[in-house]
Amino acid sequence: MTGSAKISLWSVVRHILLIAGAIVILLPFVWMISTASKPPSEVFSSELRLIPRDFALWENLRTAFAKANLWRFLLNGVIVTISIFVLQVLVALPAAYALAKLRFIGRNALFALVLFGILIPPQATAIPVFLLLHKLGILDSYAALVLPFTISVFGIFLMRQFFRNVPDDLVDAARIDGISEFGIVWRVMLPAAIPAVTAFGIFSVVAHWNDYFWPLIVLNSEHLRTPPLAVAHFRNAEAGTDYGALMAAAMVVVAPLLVAFLFAQRRFVEGIALTGIK
Amino acid sequence: MSDSAATISVRIPVRATAQRRSRPSLTPYALVAPALTLMLMMLLGPLAGVIALSFTDYQLGAPSLSWIGLANYHEMFADKVFWISLRNTLVYVGIVVPGAVTAGLAIALLIQSGTSLRSLYRTIYFLPVMATLIAMAVVWEFMLHPQFGLVNGVLREVGISGPSWLQGRSTALYALCAIGIWQAAGFNMVLFLAGLVSIPKQLYEAAEIDGASSAWARFRLVTWPLLRPVTTFVVVISGIRSFQVFDTVHVLTKGGPSKSSEVLIHTMYTEGFEFFRSGYAAALAVVFLTFILLLTLIKSRLADRGAQYA
Repeated sequence: MTGSAKISLWSVVRHILLIAGAIVILLPFVWMISTASKPPSEVFSSELRLIPRDFALWENLRTAFAKANLWRFLLNGVIVTISIFVLQVLVALPAAYALAKLRFIGRNALFALVLFGILIPPQATAIPVFLLLHKLGILDSYAALVLPFTISVFGIFLMRQFFRNVPDDLVDAARIDGISEFGIVWRVMLPAAIPAVTAFGIFSVVAHWNDYFWPLIVLNSEHLRTPPLAVAHFRNAEAGTDYGALMAAAMVVVAPLLVAFLFAQRRFVEGIALTGIK
Repeated sequence: MSDSAATISVRIPVRATAQRRSRPSLTPYALVAPALTLMLMMLLGPLAGVIALSFTDYQLGAPSLSWIGLANYHEMFADKVFWISLRNTLVYVGIVVPGAVTAGLAIALLIQSGTSLRSLYRTIYFLPVMATLIAMAVVWEFMLHPQFGLVNGVLREVGISGPSWLQGRSTALYALCAIGIWQAAGFNMVLFLAGLVSIPKQLYEAAEIDGASSAWARFRLVTWPLLRPVTTFVVVISGIRSFQVFDTVHVLTKGGPSKSSEVLIHTMYTEGFEFFRSGYAAALAVVFLTFILLLTLIKSRLADRGAQYA
């Protein structure tokens, strides 16, 4: 009797605490949507209101899209993140397969290099990579945004671990069927590794959609801006004058990943938790 | 045992033929060549480059460079801004790591302590991890607006007049810390949840039979010791991530006012990409790298020790 009373009391306390925390977590999102829905007269008011008197979301969105070429910036984000992911897979999978399933001189040394590479934070190598891109004359281009990330040592490591668990019989059977080693990578290993590739893809796309540091360094031209860079420029131009439109722009940039996340939560959590291994 | 032996004996001839065919070939090298080339070009080469560069006076666009030994490091250690920046970074790490780790652990324990609405809570707390930090930083900036912001609005309701958080010398860094904790807590929660799920249920039952009747006793005797490796791991990961703090600083304070929120990567960015003093910025990058590798070293040390006890 007392036991069950204690349990139900605890479950009430649990929900109260978790809801209190959830409010803090959600507040910026709620306030973003609320402000994006307010006309300037209500934004610049010291009265606290969650639901605006005059609903101005469409006006603010229209202003945001008119002042900044948001469609273009979203498209840039898609182009850059997809190119990075596709190239990462093209580069990493064959290497991961060789490291997991083939014997060759230098294999252990190469794997040690991969493990070492995981430790290097991207900010530390930014200056030489920047100078290299400068030398190649490709600063301020899609190539500058994509090329440095085509190699993911973390991706190689991850896929190599996964490939080791693919039965050798499967590989041997493919060899007997006369499939080349290159063919095995794409026709045998890739299909077997779809869950791992998906998780890595989510990890990669989220990281590069949200990345601010690298685009900030290599870009000058407005038409190449990625979504985070676009928000930062919008903020520098509009903060203090048009918060409604600024919040609408922030909403547009945050929305694609959040919507995708709500549709495939488990996969996203798995993908992002991978960073933990890193 | 015998089963696997049988498989091996069947497999050996097949493997042998397969290998005989592939041994003389250069196939493995062809498979790793793109990865190795890019690794040397984009990762290991630049790593050697940044260290070498830190001993030169190179400036972007300069026709030549000369070897100046430790001069960059001497200049750095004599520069007040470097020490302020390092101190601020350590303060940031020192606040965000305990904050985000404790919050992540508390949320994970609370979620796991009941059965209802688990996935809803997990989803909510995970949202900031997914959301573009730059966009949310801009939202925070408006929430912290001295006049029209939500935070000071709420404070006004209870009769406190809030400061200009991001414009105040004594508050800017702490406001950035708060944003950092808000963003990182959900990530740590996920790692802790994974750790909690892996603790066998029988251990709790055994502890209860042995007289650990209160939830606190069970936490102290079972959860905490078994969660130790995960906790260590989360602490180091959080440390490495908060050492890299840059986005919020760059867009909200630019390290100001009067360097009160200047942090290491932001100093490096300013020197290297605004003043184009590549050599000096490289020295800052080397200091940053040293701290990161130190943290990693601590992690692997602690992981080894944990493994011995396990």
